[in-house]
Amino acid sequence: MQETTEVGYNSKIEGDVIVTQVDAALNWFRKNSIWPMPMGLACCAIELMATGASRFDISRFGMEVMRFSPRQSDCMVVAGTVTYKMALAVKRIYDQMAEPKYVIAMGACASTGGMYRSYSVLQGVDQIIPVDVYVAGCPPRPEALLDALLKLQNQIQREPTFSNLKKLTPLPAKV
Amino acid sequence: MNATDYANKLREKFGELIAASAEFRGEITLSVADAERIVEVCAFAKKELGFDYLADVSSIDNYGEDPRWTVVYELYGIGNGTYLRLKTSVSEEKSELPTVTTVWRTADWHEREIYDMMGVRFRGHPDLRRIIMWEGYPHFPLRKDFPLGGKPTDLPEIAFTKTAPIEGGPFVTAPGSKDAIEREPRAKTFEG
Repeated sequence: MQETTEVGYNSKIEGDVIVTQVDAALNWFRKNSIWPMPMGLACCAIELMATGASRFDISRFGMEVMRFSPRQSDCMVVAGTVTYKMALAVKRIYDQMAEPKYVIAMGACASTGGMYRSYSVLQGVDQIIPVDVYVAGCPPRPEALLDALLKLQNQIQREPTFSNLKKLTPLPAKV
Repeated sequence: MNATDYANKLREKFGELIAASAEFRGEITLSVADAERIVEVCAFAKKELGFDYLADVSSIDNYGEDPRWTVVYELYGIGNGTYLRLKTSVSEEKSELPTVTTVWRTADWHEREIYDMMGVRFRGHPDLRRIIMWEGYPHFPLRKDFPLGGKPTDLPEIAFTKTAPIEGGPFVTAPGSKDAIEREPRAKTFEG
């Protein structure tokens, strides 16, 4: 009869207890269920769709739940050229997202305006909203976007979530 | 009948109004001398000659010349399979000509685009609003005297624009000038 050795956590020996840090646990929950908000504005959105489809399969990283409502999403993927006509709409949608929220600037146009040195194109979406990860490419391949999402996961894992929670100011007392 | 025959028919009908036709690579262009009568010419071309499809209306800014604006009508007859181009000129002081939406309804958006980008107005247009830029944007971006990088504007709650950083123009590298990294204001250089 073959002997098996259990590696790692054994509930029979150690009991149903896991010791960790609050930050590590909370961040682990968060980073593995990022719900992206597709802000598809140009051809980068096609690559974003390819990332969501079966060949590249964004759901391997727990991010397959694309939500078209800002209220339900955690990460806005700005995929494409942000024109000045669209700029305030993008900002308004970002403002409607619930904290914590993240932004990926996908492609050259969203990052810097790209080849559009023009009267009509915002020169980088970071002029109106804070960007966490920039993805190079015109458009970036799905692997590049997946890499950006993994980088975002690493960033989330490092966040001081618990100390940030304590910084919340209490609601003002009712008069 | 080919495009030359249709051009001759138009010149028979309107005489002095239509200058001699210019041919370039098999395409016939007719110049209409008086922009105020463009609707008559277009209506005749559609009803009598069968040019039932207006493929495009475009405009040219002849900056520094008079008349400054040229409006170009690209006609096509689905029945006769022939292209014909009409063009007419408008001075900068006037910057207005009658609409051809009464002839082809599709001219609606074409004329709105010309109004938006070039600032030429179309009298009698059913809905002459901007079509690409937003209402309240104060400039006409395709005019030759408008800088490529744009001008700063701000319309609170609707839109704003800033001047794009252009040094010498995008994708332009002249010999002896700064290279692309030095010209690119947003580029970061890493040492080592």
